[in-house]
Amino acid sequence: MSAPLPRLRLAVALDGAGWHPAAWREPNARPEDLLKPGYWAGLVQEAETGLLDFVTIEDSLSIQTDAPFGTEDDDRTDRVRGLLDAVLIASRIAPLTRHIGIVPTVVVTHTEPFHLSKAIATLDYVSRGRAGVRVQVAPRPRDAALFGRREFPDISYADLRSPAGEGLIREAFAEAADYVEVLRRLWDSWEDDAEIRDVATGRFVDRDKIHYIDFEGLHFDVKGPSITPRPPQGQPVVAALAHRDRPFELVGTSADVGFVTPRTPADIASITAEIRAAQDAAGRGEETVHVFGDIVVVLDETEQGAQDRLTRLNEAAGAAYESDALIFAGTPAGLADLLATWHAAGLSGFRLRPAVLPDDLRRITQKLVPELQRRGLFHDAYAGTTLRGALGLPRPISRYATTEGTPA
Amino acid sequence: MSTVRNDDKPKKQIHLAAHFPGVNNTTVWSDPASGSHIEFDSFVEFAQIAERGLFDFMFLAEGLRLREQAGQIYDLDVVGRPDTFTILAALAAVTERLGLTGTINSTFNEPYEVARQFASLDHLSDGRAAWNVVTSWDAFTGENFRRGGYLPQDQRYERARTFLDAATRLWDTWKGDEILADKASGEFLSTPAAGTFEHQDSQFDISGRFNVPRSPQGRPVIFQAGDSEEGRDFAAAKADAIFSRHSHLEDGQRFYTDVKGRLERFGRRHEDLLILPAATFVLADTDAEAVELAREIRLQQVSPATAIKLLEQLWNRDLSDHDPDGPLPTVDPSENDDLIAKGRASARSHGDRLEQAERWREVSRAKGLSTRETIVEVTGRQSFIGSAETIASTIDDFVQADAADGYILVPHITPGGLAPFVDHVVPLLQERGVFRTAYEGATLRENLGLREPGQ
Repeated sequence: MSAPLPRLRLAVALDGAGWHPAAWREPNARPEDLLKPGYWAGLVQEAETGLLDFVTIEDSLSIQTDAPFGTEDDDRTDRVRGLLDAVLIASRIAPLTRHIGIVPTVVVTHTEPFHLSKAIATLDYVSRGRAGVRVQVAPRPRDAALFGRREFPDISYADLRSPAGEGLIREAFAEAADYVEVLRRLWDSWEDDAEIRDVATGRFVDRDKIHYIDFEGLHFDVKGPSITPRPPQGQPVVAALAHRDRPFELVGTSADVGFVTPRTPADIASITAEIRAAQDAAGRGEETVHVFGDIVVVLDETEQGAQDRLTRLNEAAGAAYESDALIFAGTPAGLADLLATWHAAGLSGFRLRPAVLPDDLRRITQKLVPELQRRGLFHDAYAGTTLRGALGLPRPISRYATTEGTPA
Repeated sequence: MSTVRNDDKPKKQIHLAAHFPGVNNTTVWSDPASGSHIEFDSFVEFAQIAERGLFDFMFLAEGLRLREQAGQIYDLDVVGRPDTFTILAALAAVTERLGLTGTINSTFNEPYEVARQFASLDHLSDGRAAWNVVTSWDAFTGENFRRGGYLPQDQRYERARTFLDAATRLWDTWKGDEILADKASGEFLSTPAAGTFEHQDSQFDISGRFNVPRSPQGRPVIFQAGDSEEGRDFAAAKADAIFSRHSHLEDGQRFYTDVKGRLERFGRRHEDLLILPAATFVLADTDAEAVELAREIRLQQVSPATAIKLLEQLWNRDLSDHDPDGPLPTVDPSENDDLIAKGRASARSHGDRLEQAERWREVSRAKGLSTRETIVEVTGRQSFIGSAETIASTIDDFVQADAADGYILVPHITPGGLAPFVDHVVPLLQERGVFRTAYEGATLRENLGLREPGQ
């Protein structure tokens, strides 16, 4: 007999009115409130009542579109358009919650790693150790035009497997890996005990414990150190969504949590094998890297009721909803069965994408979670207050620390 | 106290703001009452004291590289600070009416991202965001950024102007009536291309769709802090408020008259731009006690070690062996314009340094002061010193005499240093009928008495 599995971890991905494009038209949807702080506070507080490990918040620099790989923004008027900066939403809700991890999405292709590092470090201070960040690439002409600094080839979804497409992906993910390396070095650039406030000598910090990071890469050089002292978790949690080789490699080399999109248990085996191989190759074999399955969820009391909801949503949207992730329409018990099976197949947790907010979020917190608890698959209370703690990740010492622990 | 006043005019209402103590020697971190500059609790306490005092806003400065002197990280002042946007967004959760003003650099950012962050902050604070637009030009800071390099100094206001113009264009792409969110008809937007923009100038060439719909204030309130000719023109043309350093009566009046006098040239009214100098205060039961306390604080702010560092900044040479209790150095400031102090805004040329050193020497000679005593005398003297009654009447007099429209107060203790002012001076200003007894409006713009921005 092998040892019992650790409990599964559960997150929800928050995106506008929900992941289904017609979510905003549902009776309980609040499409006029999507830019209001109270809307986001309510969602995250609901997730916290369900003891969820963390929430992610979607974001993009360019406006939402039904055709993300197109050159042009679409001109639809029947979809939610407009969204707020996810890091700032995360920070706005952090003081209103106490246990749940908060993981905003950030685009790494056009932004500054120095700014982002201090923003996530600060989110970690504001949330007292519950910050993470999900890194996302956007090597597209429509995103680049917003900044006017770089050019990217216009490559369609179909051409992503062409040599040009492969090259683009390779470069974008190499830059993402550099970006995460800079974030991590900057978070470590102050040792934990660098602030000494030594009145006798008049020194506020011990400058021997503050380090330049001297990063040099293809797209940016960053000298450091950070202007923000080491955050409470030492290293806030880094996550990435990955669908194929290069992104799997990024998860293995750089992330603490990978979000993946299997359809079958066999997919889970091959995906986790790829990620573990990248992890080993990067010398991180001993570290915990969680692999979470992403699933879009449409939940109802009966199987038929859930299917009817999905049909109604698709009709309102004018097309059947397609997703990179599995779309599960069924009962909370049925979803619990799937999660248990996939958990046993090698996923340590799940990031559920509620099709409709708040409806499917409430069914997660009020129906799915109790079902998982009955089966002994999920915790009955928050055990700690940090996100690393919730994920079973130790708090690392700074890579620049010259002494272990506090000197006498 | 008597100052010039035109008795025909109704009394001006005073605006007050709170500057979170910064990373310079004004902040006395060695005081037992001094708390964290990083932990969120400090920011919450500070903001809530300011809001209890019905202050218009709180102010966060920014730094993008740790300061260095003679090639080493400067360690005598507070070192380190959190991210401006992130702190302001979090403070929106624990305050209701207090404006949230942040300094954000226009050199090491891009307009699309900054416009997006301020529009987001304005939504998340229900209309309380404000931006102090600054530029840097130093390669030292650039070493932390993609852009790297630096901006030629003569382009800094061009960069600021074009950056703000680009950001304004982005904010104005949404008029505010585009979101229908009509569940029945299925129309979310009233117009398919909401947010579309194209902007080209000497610094930027950007296009696409801005993805944050119009925020409660339309745009954040705009601050400017530069003092040069160009800075003053920039403020007169574009800003809603100036964060000035002229807190004394006469220089305040000169600055006020000068900048307000520029407004007409840019088609703006006298009341479209507020002048808000930074000011420090020392409050005690009596004026005599306050004077004594002010001297003690100055000695805390200028320790012997700090005196030598400040001396080196002006002389721009290594004076680590100089005796702080002895006279000023006989050697002149260095002619080298590669500054010994990096990451400070106060870059000066050799000529300015010579002139200022000569002024320090005059003070030292005239009063028989040591190096440290001279520096205590000539730098950073507190703006308002006295009993609550004295400070209230002085601030009122200064504002009525058009030396300012109000003050941005910089306490020397984090986070509680503002509390005595709120508890003792604010009620006196209210009794005088020159400070609000409740917030007038919901947005910062309303509380500052500024007009809605045109589109």
